[in-house]
Amino acid sequence: MNSRGGDEQARNTAEAVARRSYGKLIAFLAARTGDVASAEDALSEAFASALADWPRHGCPANPEAWLLTVARRKLVDVYRGHRRHEIAGDDLDGIAEGLGAAAIAAEIPNQFADQRLALMFVCAHPAIAAAIRAPLILQVILGLDAKAIASAFLTSPAAMGKRLVRAKEKIRQAGIPFRVPEREELPGRLDAVLDAVYAAFAEGWTDPGGTDVARRDLTDEAMFLARLVTELLPLEAEALGLLALVLHAQARRRARRGPDGEYVPLARQDPDLWDAQMIADAEALLLRASALGSIGRYQLEGALQSAHVDRCRTGRANWAEVVRLYDALFALAGSPVVAINRALAIAELHGASAALDAMPQVSADARLAEYQPYWAACAELLAKTAAYGEARQAYDIAIGLERDPAVRRFLQERRSTLDGL
Amino acid sequence: MKYILMAYVNEGAWPKMTKAEQEQGAAAYMAYAEALTKAGVLAGSNRLQPSTASTTVRIANGKSQVLDGPYVDSKEQLGGYFLIDVPDLDAAISWASRCPAAGHGVVEVRPIWAMPA
Repeated sequence: MNSRGGDEQARNTAEAVARRSYGKLIAFLAARTGDVASAEDALSEAFASALADWPRHGCPANPEAWLLTVARRKLVDVYRGHRRHEIAGDDLDGIAEGLGAAAIAAEIPNQFADQRLALMFVCAHPAIAAAIRAPLILQVILGLDAKAIASAFLTSPAAMGKRLVRAKEKIRQAGIPFRVPEREELPGRLDAVLDAVYAAFAEGWTDPGGTDVARRDLTDEAMFLARLVTELLPLEAEALGLLALVLHAQARRRARRGPDGEYVPLARQDPDLWDAQMIADAEALLLRASALGSIGRYQLEGALQSAHVDRCRTGRANWAEVVRLYDALFALAGSPVVAINRALAIAELHGASAALDAMPQVSADARLAEYQPYWAACAELLAKTAAYGEARQAYDIAIGLERDPAVRRFLQERRSTLDGL
Repeated sequence: MKYILMAYVNEGAWPKMTKAEQEQGAAAYMAYAEALTKAGVLAGSNRLQPSTASTTVRIANGKSQVLDGPYVDSKEQLGGYFLIDVPDLDAAISWASRCPAAGHGVVEVRPIWAMPA
């Protein structure tokens, strides 16, 4: 084989391995040392060695095993070398043993155990700051770099990089264990993992109608993670609920923008543009989840998506059901965001004044003052009660708070319908 | 791994307690230390005198400066510590949550810097 063909084949194989196994390889290495950062360094060096070695000697039959063996050697060097001064003798022996060639060789024939779930529980451990859990999972499970993560989380790559490094230091220094929590503590700990995956998906942003999660850069990654959790924990109803929620939102992705990039609210979307397969999958997941008999936030949010989709497809108003679901959700997770959406559903059922009474107040939660959907919802309801002056003011605040130009234009158009009133 | 569990408590509360309450409080700490010992994880512990007994020392401009009082002036002060040896942070957190101080104050869990063998 000529060298160029060999180079290309090596690169293709390495890329394929990175795509299917990156998180598994990191989890396997990090679980043995408790040290995520060193595992990342060792694996990236192993990939570099592969790109140098494979074109000359051909791609190995089991590239994962090859990479693990090389990464393991690099890790042992690190621990015998500069990290020696930080580690007590017993611990060093334990790490070396866990990384031993025999230990790894024994596991590789069985496609080595998938420890990604344990790694996700490490990243979403209560000892790790909540805001960095989603970025951490995106990096260590999927191999995303700080730059890609930073842009989705609206922060600078340097700041994101620093926070990721600090979080990995904490995992190592604090001795956070790599394991899936025991049955009795699983529900609370799993919530943190699901919340992190959801944050990767949405960061909680909703459109002015409160029914569509705005499109973010990392939706595909978040969908992969949500699916991964359901595969590894197939009997956890809330994990199924989260995947259903994500699929429902994702199914409407294409319909959310018009031909000129303008924002299209749910009520005006063309259901033919929705991904019917994703919706069907989401419905099946919700059914499976409900059979498990433990209701939760993500299942309720998934059910709300399902109700909105059903109404738009059939034209049959189902606002009483929607309000009931929001009542349940509010009782479970009484966030101002839920309260806003509940009020909007009440508007459909009992009119705008009733909805305004049900709206949360800025005096009760100062965060509302900076929350665009709150002001857009207030504006909509105020306009319906003919309080045009107040409605215009509320629209102005909403427009000033919005960062998506398409949504901003949508709000400006809504405001202009009040001109002269 | 070794961790120190630092008990930060409201010192003002202790003198205001009745004798019976103080005895009950002290007994809870004794029982906790006993449980740590029985589990074979206790590596050391001490109760501290209140921070009114504290003196702070630092060298400024080559001169030692001695001040009355604790380093951080806050309502909750370090009242004592337990040094434990457990497998990981989850085990340390689990012990911290049983410490009586977690009920009437705050327990900070901090890993010990391991010295090379």
